[in-house]
Amino acid sequence: MTLLSVQDLRVTFGTADGDVHAVKGVSFDVAAGETVAIVGESGSGKSVTANSLLRLNFGADVRTSGRILLEGRDVLAMSEDEVRAVRGRDVAMIFQDPLTALNPFYTVGRQIAEAYEVHHPGTSKKDLREIALDSLRKVGIPEPTKRVDQYPHEFSGGMRQRIVIAIALVNSPKILIADEPTTALDVTVQAQILELIAAMQQEHGSAVVLITHDLGVVAEITERVMVMYAGRVVESASVVDAFATPTHPYTRGLLKSVKSLDTGRHERLESIPGIPPSLIKLPSGCPFHPRCSFASSLGSRCSTEVPELRAVGSSSSACHLPNERLLDLLGGAHDR
Amino acid sequence: MTAEVVLEARSLRKYFPTGASKMLQRPTAMVQAVDDVSFGLERGTTLAVVGESGCGKSTLGRLLARLIEPTAGSVLLDGVDVTAASPRELLALRRDVQVVFQDPYACLNPRHSIGQSIGTPIRIQKTLSRSGEKDRVRELMQLVGLNPEHYNRFPHEFSGGQRQRAGIARALALQPKVIIADEPVSALDVSIQAQILNLMEDLQTTMGLSYVFIAHDLSVVRHIADRVAVMYLGKIVEIGDPRSVYERTAHPYTKALLSAVPVADPRAAGGRSRIVLTGDVPSPVNPPSGCRFRTRCPKAEARCASEEPSLEARAGSDGVDHLVACHFPD
Amino acid sequence: MIYFVLRRSIFAVVLLLIVSAFTFVIFSALPSDPAALTCGKNCRPEVIESNRERLGYDRPLIEQYGSYMKGIFTGRTYGEEGSSIHCPAPSLGYSYDRHECVTSLIASTLPVTASIALGAFVLWMGIGVGLGTLAALKRGKWQDRVATAFSVIGVSLPTFFLGLIFIMVFVIWTGILPFPRYVGLTENPFDWFMALLLPWFVLAIISAATYVRMTRNGILEVMNEEFVRLGIAKGLSRRRLIVTYVLRAALVPIVTIAGLDFAFLLGGALVTESIFNLPGLGKLTLAAVVNSDLPILVATTMVAAVFIVVANTVVDILYGYLDPRVRAK
Repeated sequence: MTLLSVQDLRVTFGTADGDVHAVKGVSFDVAAGETVAIVGESGSGKSVTANSLLRLNFGADVRTSGRILLEGRDVLAMSEDEVRAVRGRDVAMIFQDPLTALNPFYTVGRQIAEAYEVHHPGTSKKDLREIALDSLRKVGIPEPTKRVDQYPHEFSGGMRQRIVIAIALVNSPKILIADEPTTALDVTVQAQILELIAAMQQEHGSAVVLITHDLGVVAEITERVMVMYAGRVVESASVVDAFATPTHPYTRGLLKSVKSLDTGRHERLESIPGIPPSLIKLPSGCPFHPRCSFASSLGSRCSTEVPELRAVGSSSSACHLPNERLLDLLGGAHDR
Repeated sequence: MTAEVVLEARSLRKYFPTGASKMLQRPTAMVQAVDDVSFGLERGTTLAVVGESGCGKSTLGRLLARLIEPTAGSVLLDGVDVTAASPRELLALRRDVQVVFQDPYACLNPRHSIGQSIGTPIRIQKTLSRSGEKDRVRELMQLVGLNPEHYNRFPHEFSGGQRQRAGIARALALQPKVIIADEPVSALDVSIQAQILNLMEDLQTTMGLSYVFIAHDLSVVRHIADRVAVMYLGKIVEIGDPRSVYERTAHPYTKALLSAVPVADPRAAGGRSRIVLTGDVPSPVNPPSGCRFRTRCPKAEARCASEEPSLEARAGSDGVDHLVACHFPD
Repeated sequence: MIYFVLRRSIFAVVLLLIVSAFTFVIFSALPSDPAALTCGKNCRPEVIESNRERLGYDRPLIEQYGSYMKGIFTGRTYGEEGSSIHCPAPSLGYSYDRHECVTSLIASTLPVTASIALGAFVLWMGIGVGLGTLAALKRGKWQDRVATAFSVIGVSLPTFFLGLIFIMVFVIWTGILPFPRYVGLTENPFDWFMALLLPWFVLAIISAATYVRMTRNGILEVMNEEFVRLGIAKGLSRRRLIVTYVLRAALVPIVTIAGLDFAFLLGGALVTESIFNLPGLGKLTLAAVVNSDLPILVATTMVAAVFIVVANTVVDILYGYLDPRVRAK
């Protein structure tokens, strides 16, 4: 069952230097209870896409078009009040930096209770406190009765991220958007938080949209992955396919960069040449073509024509290379 | 090749006073950021120092570069104790040990052109004339893969990876012997990380540089290190040849750290057993008695609380460089 | 928290002692002879000497300071019996120029200054925070531009200029208001109010200008904070978000600065009091400067210092109360 359907989403930020095309026609579906990852590097548009789902892109000049259908209702067409009812209840969010995501002026208990109370007005103080305590217990905060009345600065980074997760899950949302939830954390704490998200997903049956730059995190907990580059989805596949047989040169390059880090000393690291494009002046045609080692083999097509996402095997890929060549050339990404 | 030690740390300690040090109040406690750390770095090789936030790895880096004074212990550069250096000697020393920082944007002056920034050490040390400096900077820019034509551009006009290249160029300006790289790729995108690591390796080969490479990520280190040291709460818990450390891991903390790193392989993810440590890293102000890792260690016994394990050769290491500080190593 | 308050209070007392000693030393180091100032130009040396003895200026400085401090708690009697002058506690000295105990002079002028300061404070916080908030919420719109213009003009206007313009417009040309003549609040509240209306506005407009900018920038800064985004993502209404998240965080630094500004004003609004002819601490100080009336100057300086130190302490404690992160330390 499709819970969320994003159709041709485009987001542009007007700046003094010119228009920044952060998201350029992104479409995808999320089914109930599913875990989808959006992977990309900085400037790929992954966070802007995530923020769009709750209309959280702010700025003096933000232009959003397309449709974001949440159980058939278009989030982008909703009134302010309607979006507010969705935020935190149907769709909840976890932010990257737990150190700044919590309000320093209020106790964590109050912040969890508030998230519930907003969508359940009139709940008694006593019940709210119980809910806060229960949430803290569920996300594994020791001594919840004592901790509930403490302020965010009295918690470590990992603990704060647990509290942010508690806030997100207090209303058992249908979709949980996790925007780089572990990037700011240490590896051992990251492992704890990933396990917690997976466990909470089991319990609440929420779908998870995970935004990350870390392919390792993707491999750990997701089922499906979308790779974004310069505001577009360049590949969409099941996690197993994406890692075993990537169907886009960029995905392949990313995987090789990561994989080769695990190789021994003094082997040449595989890297993607060049730098990510400026979102103000995107390259013509395929945005990846200046960094792509296959682009020259197709003549000028890559620099003039934007490739559309199409089926390649069981995946989708936005590349001009013929299917058989894609599978052939790129299939070797998993080899050492 | 005879192992020639270029940089050596001997029982380095750094304690920071903490608590309200306001008027009429003595510091109430000390953060034991680095506590009794010793190792040697061989010329032309890379020592990786790995650990989580608060383990003291960055403090160690700053001690080695003499950016801060050690509380106790000494740093030897080519056999000379630099902790006792006079200010004049210190200036000379700064030529030999240079630092590359994590956030290249934060350490480039936004009002200086990239060329000016790269040339700063030359100007401070007055090693070259003004025009000589410009030529040298252009040469350095070429060396690290920046277009010398961009001499007059400003930091914000460059991408993160390019800024880190500039940071490296600046570190190279005085032809140092040792470079302390404090998480040089952590802030960069994955596809760029590999470029910078390749560059650092090339420079090492051509210029005979020695690196102390500080990282929180074991996978980056695996590629670049000749020797790896794992730190926890201010102490080295395991150090040695990376192959041995990674494949015949002896310390439970290193094990946990290794297993916590998400592997970019969905088929492997399901199969392996992961050690998830419970709780948080204890405060370095008041570290646990005995072995500092014992509060989170799955193997801890009574002995761990009373007796601090010393760094000793791993049992059965057969002459392979591999030391571990644990009462119950694997 | 109790420990925090206690520590701040002890610190304040120590600071006050240091400040008072410092003030005392500075004024005694002035080249003018305080005894010579006790009677007019053609004064006989004997009178000067006897006055010197009477007021204690002949004794060492340390002793003078000692008796001054003692006088604050016990009162002080100058001279021998018969021709003695007694100033009851808290005595801040005796002004020969005015033939009055300094304490009673201050007691009569302080309410005037306090009236000015309090009214102006309420007004300027209202205007400053209100307009600043409006500007931040309507960023880039005409309301923002009006507020910014107000802020720029207010900051660049000198007090005396705005004061004179107000008198010209409201008193002389239109006659809407009578010329301010101070009347005690207890005597006639209406006249008190009418007399202070203009000075309040003059001070408020000039101070509010800074507060408009501070509030606006503070709010815009807080709005970019991640925790505000989380608040929006929770589904909080805009109104609730602004009040409980944005204003709460943005006003903490403003409240603390306002406390200090208010205390500073309590020390005497020199220019405003002069222009509107209000018999406040500022005017008292000004007159004392003109007449080299040292006892008054020492006393007004100390009173101002007390206000600032006390305000500092209150603000510190308030800060700890408002920001849990400060409380912990």
